[in-house]
Amino acid sequence: MSRILTVKNLVTRFYTFDGVVHALNGVSFHLDHGETLAIVGESGSGKSVTMMSLLHLLPMPPARIEEGEAVFEDDDGPIDLLKLSKPERRRVRGGKIGYIFQDALSALNPVMTVGRQVRESIMEHLSLDQKAARERTIQLLEHVGIPGAKSRYGNYPHQFSGGMRQRVMIAVAIACDPKIVIADEPTTALDVTVQAQIIELTKRIQDELGISVIWITHDLGVVAGIADRVLVMYAGSAVEISPVDRLYEHPQHPYTEGLLAALPRVGAKRGKRLASIKGSPPDLQEPPRHCQFAWRCPYNFDRCWASAPPLFEVGEGHYTKCYYDMDQERPR
Amino acid sequence: MQRYILSRIVQSLLILLGVLFIVFFMLQLTGDPVSLMVSRNASPEQMEMLREEMGFNRPILIQFGDFIGGALVGDFGMSLRHRQPAMELILERLPATVELAATALLIALLIGIPLGLLSGSNPGSFWDTLARGAGLVGQTIPNFWLALILIVVFSVELGWFPTFGRRTWDVFGMELPTKSVILPAFSLGLFTTGQLVRFTRSAVLEIKNEDYVRTAYSKGLKDNQIYLRHILRNASIPLISIVGVQFGYLLSGSIYIETIFSWPGIGNLLAEAIGNRDFALVQAIAFFASLVVVTLNLLTDIAYGLADPRIRYGD
Ligand SMILES: Nc1ncnc2c1ncn2[C@@H]1O[C@H](COP(=O)(O)OP(=O)(O)OP(=O)(O)O)[C@@H](O)[C@H]1O
Ligand code: SF4
Ligand SMILES: [Mg+2]
Repeated sequence: MSRILTVKNLVTRFYTFDGVVHALNGVSFHLDHGETLAIVGESGSGKSVTMMSLLHLLPMPPARIEEGEAVFEDDDGPIDLLKLSKPERRRVRGGKIGYIFQDALSALNPVMTVGRQVRESIMEHLSLDQKAARERTIQLLEHVGIPGAKSRYGNYPHQFSGGMRQRVMIAVAIACDPKIVIADEPTTALDVTVQAQIIELTKRIQDELGISVIWITHDLGVVAGIADRVLVMYAGSAVEISPVDRLYEHPQHPYTEGLLAALPRVGAKRGKRLASIKGSPPDLQEPPRHCQFAWRCPYNFDRCWASAPPLFEVGEGHYTKCYYDMDQERPR
Repeated sequence: MQRYILSRIVQSLLILLGVLFIVFFMLQLTGDPVSLMVSRNASPEQMEMLREEMGFNRPILIQFGDFIGGALVGDFGMSLRHRQPAMELILERLPATVELAATALLIALLIGIPLGLLSGSNPGSFWDTLARGAGLVGQTIPNFWLALILIVVFSVELGWFPTFGRRTWDVFGMELPTKSVILPAFSLGLFTTGQLVRFTRSAVLEIKNEDYVRTAYSKGLKDNQIYLRHILRNASIPLISIVGVQFGYLLSGSIYIETIFSWPGIGNLLAEAIGNRDFALVQAIAFFASLVVVTLNLLTDIAYGLADPRIRYGD
């Protein structure tokens, strides 16, 4: 499979009044054409900041992208998303990369009709006149499963249910045939059945349009059903990257192992308490000088405290930032 | 929405009734109103005659009933000084006050909103410093003081504007404003301008961080589209209430500004009526001003509801 996006050593910090927040400490990953990459990790691990850095969507100040590159394979050759001019950046946003935000109620403008919110993106990127853009909007709304799309074109976001609003959000994201769609926890605000419908819809659209999807979630349970590969984030780093089956069978980072152990299993004995990872994530105001998981890690040893581990390749397409070989039960 | 409008109308009527009550009993509280109306050396017979003429010798409730009855049809009695119905005098002066208030509001909108938008979109920039300074000055400098400065500079020294009075340009029976309104309107609108700058600025700063603005950026829209279509459009809803309230305040007439510029409006009339102890006229103006403010607040609330689809399509 061919690459569509390669992110290398992304470093993003926030310069706040209380000090520097080291939100991303060198995040690297790639995305192939047509695949789904899931990004998991606990709250505050930097999942959203990673994605928003790529599209320059962070408030600057306080945010600053300090290092790294994000090479996107555009139609006429590779471009570095982090070094684009303003007009180029606008062409990529919405046109090449669509973004689905977590809470559709706050992510849609409350005083603009949903139709116009989809249409304005179309008019920005595709050379269509108002009428044609309106037609396309209605088709899109139908396509994402909004019943009576034509009559609902002029409705406002608050007149939709949560699931329907998220469908509108999806229509916005795919309106201009992007190559990549970033879905930032699109289902956390929804109940389980609606959540399943939205996942189903996203998969269908991905197959039809052949787009690549980055699916952010903190629910490892969802990941198995949707992703080809998984990136596990912890304290501003990508600590493990793996094909999805390998990750479940063979986690190679103690943090991932902890996350998996915390999953409720089918057939688990009743009354048995779920394991959860002890301790809390590091204070991001300190730059990382050693493994950021060390004080929570059951395997930690002296080297873990001396330096931050680099990324080790531990199998085909499988990488981990850990000094300990969990298969051999000894340091690497 | 309909229920909301209806309840606001009822509320407004109750407020106006309260105003009538206060306006009427304020005069009674002074003790014997007649003693305030006549000169100090009037004979008791003259006072008795006036009391008779004004109906002050009747039981108070009857007087109040009469007053309310009159007020409902706009009859507040005769102005003692002008020997003319009080309401008629007000209506004569109304066009001048409307001209002044509308111009003041227009100036405030044209300066306040763009400046607030510029400053809120580039905090810390030159425009921001300018706007914050202007907002502060606008809200703290007394408008009569500014009026005097403006007269000295632009009328006396430069001779660009008349020093006082209202001149109109009559076209087919319509009295169109001329440049004579500029200085009084600018002085009168000063406070409103300052308020609009500050309000627009803080609304923009706040709305800029909303999730839907980030969504707008993620669609690849241009900055000006985002500021006008998304940010200003959302800021305009709370702005409506400020503009409405301020217009009510401007319309109810300014004693200072109209007096300084000898502007023949309601504020001027009020100053004169107070000086003359012309109580019917004072009462009529007090009620009229409240009517204007209450009506504008009502219209503002309705406009607010119409501008916000969450209210328009809500219960
Ligand atoms: N505007 C900001 N100012 C300062 N720090 C910020 C800002 N935005 C994010 N951060 C910091 O960056 C870190 C990563 O945040 P991010 O939103 O990426 O987390 P996340 O993994 O998406 O979490 P969640 O699952 O809660 O969405 C957080 O620790 C947060 O403190
Ligand atoms: S590097 Fe050491 S402390 Fe860090 S996760 Fe691996 S074993 Fe644990
Ligand atoms: Mg997030």
